[in-house]
Amino acid sequence: MTLIHAGEIIDDTYPLVADDAAIPASGSALIGWDRFEKEQDALGDSRSRIGLLLPNTLDVAANIDPLLAAPLLVLQFPGFADGRAYSQARLLRDRYGYQGDLRATGQAVVLDQIGELLRCGFSSLHLRADQDPQRCLAAFKAPSLRYQSASDSVPVVRFGRRAISG
Amino acid sequence: MYRYDQYDQALVDERVVQYRDQTRRFLAGELPDEEFRALRLRNGLYIQRFAPMLRISIPYGLLSSAQVRMLAHIARTYDKNYGHFTTRQNIQFNWPELARVPDILADLASVQMHAIQTSGNCIRNITSDHLAGVAKDELVDPRPYCEITRQWATFHPEFNWLPRKFKIAFSATTSDRAAIRVHDIGVQIVHNEAGELGYTVYVGGGLGRTPIIGVKIREFLPELDLLSYLEAVLRVYNRLGRRDNMYKARIKILVKETGADKFRDMVEAEWAQINDGELKLAPGDIDYMKSRFDTFEYDAGAADDTSFADKLAQDSAFAAWAKRNIAAHRVPGYHIVFVSLKASGIAPGDITDTQLDAVAELADRHSFGEIRATHDQNLVFADVRQSDLYVVWQRLNELGLATPNIGLLTDLICCPGLDFCSLANAGSIGVAQDIFDRFDNLDDQYDVGPIKVKMSGCMNGCGHHSVGHIGILGVDKKGEEWYQVTLGGSAENDASLGDRTGPSFGRGEIADAIQKIIEIYLDTRTSEDESFLDCYRRVGMAPFKTKLYDREAVSA
Repeated sequence: MTLIHAGEIIDDTYPLVADDAAIPASGSALIGWDRFEKEQDALGDSRSRIGLLLPNTLDVAANIDPLLAAPLLVLQFPGFADGRAYSQARLLRDRYGYQGDLRATGQAVVLDQIGELLRCGFSSLHLRADQDPQRCLAAFKAPSLRYQSASDSVPVVRFGRRAISG
Repeated sequence: MYRYDQYDQALVDERVVQYRDQTRRFLAGELPDEEFRALRLRNGLYIQRFAPMLRISIPYGLLSSAQVRMLAHIARTYDKNYGHFTTRQNIQFNWPELARVPDILADLASVQMHAIQTSGNCIRNITSDHLAGVAKDELVDPRPYCEITRQWATFHPEFNWLPRKFKIAFSATTSDRAAIRVHDIGVQIVHNEAGELGYTVYVGGGLGRTPIIGVKIREFLPELDLLSYLEAVLRVYNRLGRRDNMYKARIKILVKETGADKFRDMVEAEWAQINDGELKLAPGDIDYMKSRFDTFEYDAGAADDTSFADKLAQDSAFAAWAKRNIAAHRVPGYHIVFVSLKASGIAPGDITDTQLDAVAELADRHSFGEIRATHDQNLVFADVRQSDLYVVWQRLNELGLATPNIGLLTDLICCPGLDFCSLANAGSIGVAQDIFDRFDNLDDQYDVGPIKVKMSGCMNGCGHHSVGHIGILGVDKKGEEWYQVTLGGSAENDASLGDRTGPSFGRGEIADAIQKIIEIYLDTRTSEDESFLDCYRRVGMAPFKTKLYDREAVSA
C-alpha cells in the first residue's frame, strides 16, 4: 500500500505489530490502542518509537497525554462515508497541538477525500489499495482558499474580506 | 439578492471542475458506483426511478430574475420543460442526463447558483422565512446570518461525512414560518433583556420516521458566537451520532438517547474550548454580509394609489385572489404576492419553463427582480406596489399561477411520491389531485378556512406530514398503496406532531376520509373563527375517530 507524506511517496517505517506478537526490541513499530493501554507502563522509554493505531470511537480528550507523546498516530476510516476520524484529527491538531505524524488509513483515504483530510491536519495518508498514487500525489496540495478555518493554513475567505474592507 | 464576491464565485467554479472530473472518472469506470453515489449526492444528484434527479440549492429561498431565467433554460435544455420546487425551498429537475450534469452546473455557476450539499450526509441548504426582509413582525433580516452559516457549512472539511443529513433553519419573527423546531438545528434570532442581538438555539428536531420537536439548548447565544456554537454542536454530533443504523443516525436520536441536559453540557463544554477562537465573528463580518444584499428604494408615495381599492370593488375574481394570495408588507403601499403553484392538474410545486420565464419578467417589472421559494412549495414576489397588483394578477392568471388558495385546503404540500421517487411507498400526486377535485369549489375552501394539509409518499417525510394540521402518509401494504392520516400537527411556534386517526385508508378511500374530517370539523367548530387546528386541540381525536371509522364498522 502506498504511503504519502508531505507530497512524496515514502516507505512505511512503522510496521504494524499484531496484538499477540512481540514488539521488536529496537526500531519503530505500530501497535493497537487496546494493547497500548494494557502495556503502556511496561513499554517505558520505548513509547517514543511506537506509533498508535486508534479506533475512531476513541475519546482523544480523555486520553490526551499518552497520545501527545506518540511519534505517530494512525486514525482509521472503516467506511468510505464514516467521518468520525476527521473530528479526532482536528482535536489532536488544533486543540491539543499534536506535533507528530498524523496518518489516515482506511476506506476514505481516496482521491476525492484528500482535500478534506489535509485540511483536518493529517500529515500522511495510507492510500486505499485501489488508488492511483500519482493522481493522489497531484491532489496532495492545499486549495487556494476556503470559507472556514481548519487545521491547515489555507487562506480563509472571511479573513480575506476583513483585509479588503479594512 | 446576495451578490457573490470573487471568493464565492471562485469556490463555485472550482466545484464545477471537480464534479466534472468525478463524472468523467465514473463514466470511464475509474470510480466505484458506491463512491460516485456518495460524491454525486453531495452535489444533489440522485438516481430516481426513471432517471437522475438534480436538486439545486436556493439558499433561504431567494432567487434573482436572472437565476429564474436560468432555471427555465435548464428545464428546456436538459429536462422535460419543467422543474419542481421542494419543501426545503430548493428546486429539483427530474430528467437530466447524468453525463450532462456538469454542463448544468456550469450554467448555474454563471448565475451564482450551485447544487452543493443539497443531498448526502452533510450540512444541507440553510432555510429561512420566505418573507424575510419584508415581514412586519421581523426583528432583523435573518438572511445575512443564513449566508454566514451557509458559507461556514460549504465544503466544511470536518463535517462532510456526518452520520446523516443535517438541516439548519433560521427565523427572526414572532410567528415562525421556517419550521425551525423540526430542524436538526433551529435558530431563532432574538434580543435579550439588555437589548442585545443573539440567538435562541433548538437542537434535535426532525421529521422522517421518528418525528421529534427540537429542544431548546440555549436561551441566548451572543450574536458573534454563531459559528463557534454551530461548530460545537456539529463536532459532538460527528463524534457521537449513531452510525450503526441509518434510521437512528439523525442528531435527534443522539439528543434523545443522551438526554437533552447531558447533550447540552457536552455542547457547552466543546464550545467553551472554541468560542474565543477563529470562529468568533467580528462585527465587520456581519456588516460585510449585509452589504452584499441588495437594498431597495421604496416609493414613499406608493400608498397614495387608489386604483387598487377601485379594482377590488370592480372585479370580484381579483378581490378573491387578493383576499388569499397577498399579504401585508412592512412598507405602506407595498404588498407581498404569493404565486400559487397549486393548480388543479399539476403536481404541487411544479412549474414549466414558460412560467419560469414569465415569473422572471414579472419580478423585473414589479418586484425589484427578486423571487422567493417558500417551503409550502409556492413562490413569492415580496415587493409589489399596490398599484401594480391588478396587472400582476392578470398576468399570473393567464399563466395559471393565480389559484386563490394560499393557506387553504388545496394549498397542500406533497413530495413527488411513487411517480418519481425510488424511496416512496405510495403515490402522492394523484391523491393531491383527488383532494383538489373534491374541494374545487373555492367557497367551500374559504368556509373551511386556513388549514395545512401535508402529504408524504413514505415515512422519510419529505412532505412534512407529521406537522400537517392534516397529515397523510403513504404506506405500502402487500404491494398496495395505503394512507395513514394524522391530525393536529403544526410546524409553527406551537409546533406539535399529529396524532394518528387509526387504521390506514385505501387509495380509493383517502379523499373520502379527508372530506369526512373536514365535515366533522365544520360540524364541531364553535364558530368560523375557530381554525381546524384550534378545534382539534379543543375536542381531541374522539369525535373524528368515531365518525371516520363509522362507515367501515357498518360495512363490515
